[in-house]
Parts: sequence; C-alpha cells; structure tokens
Amino acid sequence: MTTDIPMDKSNDTTKVSTAPATPIIPLPQAAARALTVAGSAVALIGTFLAWTWTDEFPGNLTVTGYPGGLQVLTLVGSVLTLLFALSGYGIPGLRWLTPGGKNSPVLLAALGVFGTTGYAMGAISQELGGLVNLEPGAWVSGIGALVALIGALGLPVDQPYDAGDPTPNLWGRIRHSLTAPEPARAKDLPSWAEILIIAAGFGVGLYVFAYGIGTEYSELFIGFLILTAFGFTAVTRAGLLKRLSHLTAKHRNVAMAAAFVAAICFPFTQTNDQFALIGANILIFATVALGLNVVVGLAGLLDLGYVAFLGVGAYAAALVSGSPQSSIGVEFPFWAAVLTGAAASLIFGVVIGAPTLRLRGDYLAIVTLGFGEIFRITMNNLNGNSGPDVTNGSNGIPNIPDLEIFGFNLGLPHDVLGTELTRSGNYYLLMLLCTAIVVLVFRRSAESRIGRAWVAIREDETAATAMGINGFRLKLLAFALGASLAGLAGTVQAHVSYSVTPEQYQFAGSVPPNSAFLLAAVILGGMGTISGPLIGAALLYLIPAKLQFMAEYQLLLFGIALMLLMRFRPEGLVADRRKQLEFHETGQLDVPEDKPLPEGATGVAKAGA
Amino acid sequence: MTTTTTTATATTVLDASGVTMRFGGLTAVRDVDLTVNTGEIVGLIGPNGAGKTTFFNCLTGLYVPTEGKVAYKGTVLPPKPHLVTQAGIARTFQNIRLFANMTVLENVLVGRHTRTKEGLWSALLRLPGFKKAEEESRARAMELLEFTGLAAKADHLARNLPYGEQRKLEIARALASEPGLLLLDEPTAGMNPQETRAAEELIFAIRDKGIAVLVIEHDIRFIMNLCDRVAVLVQGEKIVEGPAEVVQADERVIAAYLGTPFEGAPGEAEAAEVEAAEADAQSSTEGDDK
Repeated sequence: MTTDIPMDKSNDTTKVSTAPATPIIPLPQAAARALTVAGSAVALIGTFLAWTWTDEFPGNLTVTGYPGGLQVLTLVGSVLTLLFALSGYGIPGLRWLTPGGKNSPVLLAALGVFGTTGYAMGAISQELGGLVNLEPGAWVSGIGALVALIGALGLPVDQPYDAGDPTPNLWGRIRHSLTAPEPARAKDLPSWAEILIIAAGFGVGLYVFAYGIGTEYSELFIGFLILTAFGFTAVTRAGLLKRLSHLTAKHRNVAMAAAFVAAICFPFTQTNDQFALIGANILIFATVALGLNVVVGLAGLLDLGYVAFLGVGAYAAALVSGSPQSSIGVEFPFWAAVLTGAAASLIFGVVIGAPTLRLRGDYLAIVTLGFGEIFRITMNNLNGNSGPDVTNGSNGIPNIPDLEIFGFNLGLPHDVLGTELTRSGNYYLLMLLCTAIVVLVFRRSAESRIGRAWVAIREDETAATAMGINGFRLKLLAFALGASLAGLAGTVQAHVSYSVTPEQYQFAGSVPPNSAFLLAAVILGGMGTISGPLIGAALLYLIPAKLQFMAEYQLLLFGIALMLLMRFRPEGLVADRRKQLEFHETGQLDVPEDKPLPEGATGVAKAGA
Repeated sequence: MTTTTTTATATTVLDASGVTMRFGGLTAVRDVDLTVNTGEIVGLIGPNGAGKTTFFNCLTGLYVPTEGKVAYKGTVLPPKPHLVTQAGIARTFQNIRLFANMTVLENVLVGRHTRTKEGLWSALLRLPGFKKAEEESRARAMELLEFTGLAAKADHLARNLPYGEQRKLEIARALASEPGLLLLDEPTAGMNPQETRAAEELIFAIRDKGIAVLVIEHDIRFIMNLCDRVAVLVQGEKIVEGPAEVVQADERVIAAYLGTPFEGAPGEAEAAEVEAAEADAQSSTEGDDK
C-alpha cells in the first residue's frame, strides 16, 4: 500500500517532459529579450516628452520632462516591464521578482503598457479630433510599447503544452503563453523581514487603491483599470502574489493588522472630501456584502432581499437620530443607536427567517426577494395616508444630524497629525471600525463549530441533520447574524448619507448597495472568503462611480461582466481552496502532502488486512 | 423469540415495534419489529425494494413512521434526525453523503456537533472554554481518523478520497457523535473483496468498542461472517429473523431471493415434449426458407 504513493509522485514529475512550446513570434531568445528591454526603455523615455500640444485633454500632457496623468501610468507600466525583463537576464538583485513565471509576466506587463499607451493615444486623438494632435512623445512611447510587446511575444513560453493537446491553435497558444508555473516554496526569512514584506505589500496595495479612487477624470481611470488588470495578473504570474499570500497565511494576525492600518491610512491620502466619501460608501457596501457572505457563502442560503436588513438598520437609526422629521423625535447616543439598528434588523431577520427558512434552494430565493420588496413598499406606505405616519413615505427621513462621539463631531473637519480629516474621512474611519467588527465576526464564526455546521448544511442538508445538526435553528442563526451585521452597517449609512428613503433599498438599482449588487459583489469576489466580497464591492462601487458616462449601459455591462466571470472564473476573483477544486478538476494534483504518521498509529483496517 | 434466547442478559439498545410506513397507497414497511442489544451486530437483508432503507429512515427520524414506535435504550425517539443522533444513533448512507468540499478532518468535526456545546457567542468572543473544546474535538476526531486509518489524509478534501476511503470516512464521521448504535446502509457496496474484508475488521472493531451495529447489506458472505443475528425484510414485511445459518437455509428467504416454482411447474416429460416441438418447428422454418 505505502509503496504506491511515491510511485504516483514520480509519475507526476516525469509527466512534465512534453514537447516545449514555441513562442508566438519566432525570434531568437536573446534578440527578443533585448527588444523588450529596449522597447520598454523607449516607452519610458517617451513619457518625459510632451504627448499633445494643448491642455484641453485632461491631465496636462504638454510638459516636457514632467510626466502627468496617463503618462505616469505608462511610466509605471514600462518600469514594471523593464524590471521583469531584466530579471529574466538573471541579474542577481532582481531575480526575486520572478520566482514563478519568467516570461509571462513580461508579456503581461508589456500588454499593459501597450494597452494604456494605446488607449491614451486613442483618447487624445478622439477628443481633440485626429492624430495630428499627438506630439512626438506619444509616438515615441507608443512605438516603444509596441516594440516591447513584439519582443515579449518572442520570448520562450514558460510552460510546455499539455501532453493531451501538443499543438493548440493561435488563440490557444496566446492563452497558453500567459500561464506560468507555480513558484517554488520560498526560503524562510527572519520573521521581522517577512512582516516588513507584508507591510510593504499592503502599502503598495493601499497606494494603488487610493490612486484609483483619486483619479479625477474617467480617461485616467480607464487607463488605471487597464494597467492594474494587466499589472496585477503579471505580478500573480510572476509568483509574487503566491509568495505574499503564503506569508500572510503564516502571519495571519500581522496581515490583518497591516490591512487594517493600510485602510486607516486611506483618508489621510485624500485631500478631496468627495473621494473620501467614495471610500466610506465602498466600506458600507463591502461590509454589507461581507454580512451577506455569512448567509450565502457559509450557510448557502440564497438571499435576494438582503438589502432590506440594511434598510431596517438605517431606518431604525434615522428614527432615533434626533432628526426633526423623525416621527419619534428622540435622540439616542451613537452606541444606543447602533444597538437599536442591529437589534431591529435582528428581529426583522428572525421574523422573516422563521417562516421562510423551511424552504430550500430556489424557493427560498424567491421568497426572500419578495420580502425585500415588501420592506421597501411598506416604508413607502407608512406615510400617514396609506398607513400610520412613521417613515414619511417616499420622502424618507431627511436631515439626519451628524454624529458626535465623545465630543468629537464627525460632521466637522479635524486636523490630525497635520493632515485634515474631512467629514467623509471621519465617517470612513467609523465605518472601518464596523468593517473590522464584521470581519472579526465572520472569521471567528467561520472557524468554529457553528461555522462548520453552516458549511455542512450548505454541502448536504440531509446528511448534516443526520449528523445531529439542527438545520432550521442554524439556518435561522446565520440569517439573524447576517441581518444584524447589515443593520450595524445601516446605522452608519443613515448618518453618512444624511437621509434615508425607501428607494435606496431596492432589489436592483443604479446605486450599489442593493440586493442584486450585494450578491454580485459576493460572487464576483469569491464566496466564503473575507477579502473576496471586499474586493468585489470595491470594484462594483468604484467602476460605476468613476465612469459616469456609461451609466445608461451600466446594468448591461454588469451582466456581460458577470457572464464572462462565470465562464472563465466561476470561483470568483479570490478563491478559497475548496472552491478552486470544486470548479476546476485538477485531479489529485492539488492535494496536500501526506503527513507522516506518528509511530504505531496504524489504522485498524490496515492492521486487520 | 430468537432475541430472548440468544442474548437474554444483554440490555436492549434499539427497540422498534410495529413500525409501518405508508406513502399514500403504498406500504413500504409493514408492522416490523426489531430489537438490537448491546454488543450485537445485526444484519438486515432483503431483495431490492424490500423497504430496508425506508425502515432505516424511520429509525433515524428522517421519516416519521405512520404507525409504531422506535425506542432507544428505553426512551421513545422524537421524529427529528438531529435529536435521534443526539440520543445516540448514528448512521451512514447507502449512496455516500459526505460534505464533499470540506476536509476529512472537518467532516469528522461536524460529526462531533451534538457532543460539543460551544455556541455562537462563545465562538465570537472566544470565551475561555472555546479553545479547549475545539482542541478536544480535534484530538477526538484525529483519534477516530487513526482508528479508521485515514489520519494521513486529514487535510484532504473529502471528494478527493478514493471510494473505499470515503466509506470509511462516513463511518468515522458517524462514530464522532459517540453513538450507542451505528446504522450502516450497505457499507461494502461497490467494494472489492479485500476492501470488504477490511470493512469487516472495522465493524468488528467498532463492536468491540461497545457499539451495537445494525447493518443493511446484499453481500451474503459478508453478512454470514459478521452478524450475530439476521432479519429478512421482503416487500416491507419481516419474514424471518434468527442466526445467520438458520436464515440462510430458510425456504421463505430462498423463495424471496430466487423465486418459487409456480404451480403446475413443467415436469421432465413436458420439457422433453417442448424441446421436440421446438426442434420440429425449427426444421419446418428452415424448409420454408428453401
């Protein structure tokens, strides 16, 4: 029995020796690499020249010697390409950059540069009316980017083709040339160095995120998206992300703290209150999405009316906020308002959950969808005409006063360490506290007896009940916990947005926190993970907020994006190991190493045989 | 009556009396009595569709029997699967129902659910007992994995285990709830002879831990080796119960499995006549062809 295992292993390692893959463009390797380096260097130089003659194009690309706007993106991209390409030469100080793939990151980075530069040139000539508006600098960068791309396409491919399909067609070959092998396990560094690397990683992440939010015009944001998409994939293919996630898995608490600190730093990087507000709204959206992840990702209950719980929390907080339009007219301190909001959502969750959770699957989804709409319509009708006057109907509850916590008025800007913290910045930090609580709740409940029971129910409810799990009670618990987390976020949301109206809480709408977008954020990001819904929510909020011009087509584009995602990456952007195995049949390759058994621990079955 | 003679002193673990299950007009299980005593391995056999699994489902609360009652160690069981498990009856399924996307260890930990008490608050606030209970559960689960020979694969996903090991994991998961009675629904279905032998050893080892076992099986040799007592279910009714050898020789059992000669079964003379007629018919058709 035991001899079988090493034999399998050796089979796996020898299987790799198949026909080597040829590059897309047949070039000698040295020439290809030289072309890439030269091309990206030229593109880099081009960013210091003027790209156009007038500052009518946003970002002022007319200055020679000082890159601005889209030029900075090309600059960053070409530096990245250059570094990856030089690392391929085996230069000692740079070799750590590509522990995984050697050449696919170069190709991806070159694609990113080509994409951003090409987009910039296109945008300039389209907005100003013709190619004549391009100054030589743009052509220098553009040609440099093209040369770098050609060179990168000529580099040898990192992985040989699969034995089953030795000669794929062109599209297959291009897709294949973007894949890379997994990096080997890194040597253990001293733990202070590993912690520093984690901090640096989160620092870079924060900078990129803050830059994205701070983009002032949509051209820059599109360029940013192109470059980040390719750059991020390049870094992943290079194996750097795997290394980093290995480190964060090792020092989980440090990584959580680093992420939290990076998130705290965000409002200090924003001088414009509008961008800090985007940050606060993203956090609200992300927190609610994470709460939904308890219900959908862990317990597997498809809830299409989840935004109602956010609404209950917001309405409860608005009623006790001391707003002159509130029908109650009391003013609770913040802590009491938070408890009220969470408790109201909790009760609402139990009231809705108790009858509906006896249903399974699609039936549950339809019923929750109905209840979500019932909430909105009820809030509309409690206006004094068609019902008792509680919520002012469609006018909602406006003029919600700003919070004051320990004499610290969140509505006013404050000076902290020499930087000004605006109103939205204050609320951002308050919301961050809520997010941290929700992250903690999610993590701790997932890693407990209760969390395991939820996953068991999701996997097979009949077997779970046969294992002694009270299915209904635990589903109700997941539903109630999810509801109160949303209620918690709702209490802050009411204050951030000054007013609550029924129209904020519908099934699908153009402004993100609605049930459809929440579910999409969870699925897009990755079900059952913590970072998944956070990233998914950030993308789903940021893209429509930044690209106002496509507001009309938003739902269409959103639908297309979801379909593409389900086709190519059904496990979401951030996949836990489970989901990855669930959706991609990797055979037995992904299983962990067999642990050596302790002495004398042979199974009864083996002993008997 | 056979029960009283074989184990007069042993206490009764399971006492099902008059269990009847009707689905509309169909009576799947009709008035079945069955007792299982401590330290016993009892087999339940019968042709396909005899109602064995339905009877199992009645015992474990998955179905509420139309009539009759099921008692475990003297107390009547409530008709809720999780309460039955809590009372001390664990089961496996005929078609393996593991939590496929959980690891082997997590599967067993889920089995510990009823024997641990840590609630949500304890998990959220990490109350003092939480860590200890969690460690205890893990230690207990690893013990069971070692017992079934799966300890080396604790971190694998359940879906990646080979078939035979998935069966073993289902047993380990059931044992995690510390049952007094284990119900196995066709534990060796689809196994080769070596795996079946290993399963046999495992079931004996479980019996030696003081857990009574009730097993449904089609493999007669397996049942004969294993069981102290065998009950035969045919078309929802228990037709015979007793030691394996007695049951094997029982005419009604043979009839149920192989069928009975119908009335006016052909004698040898008739058989010869038919053969002759067939040969005749064949030669005449050949003649037609020409």
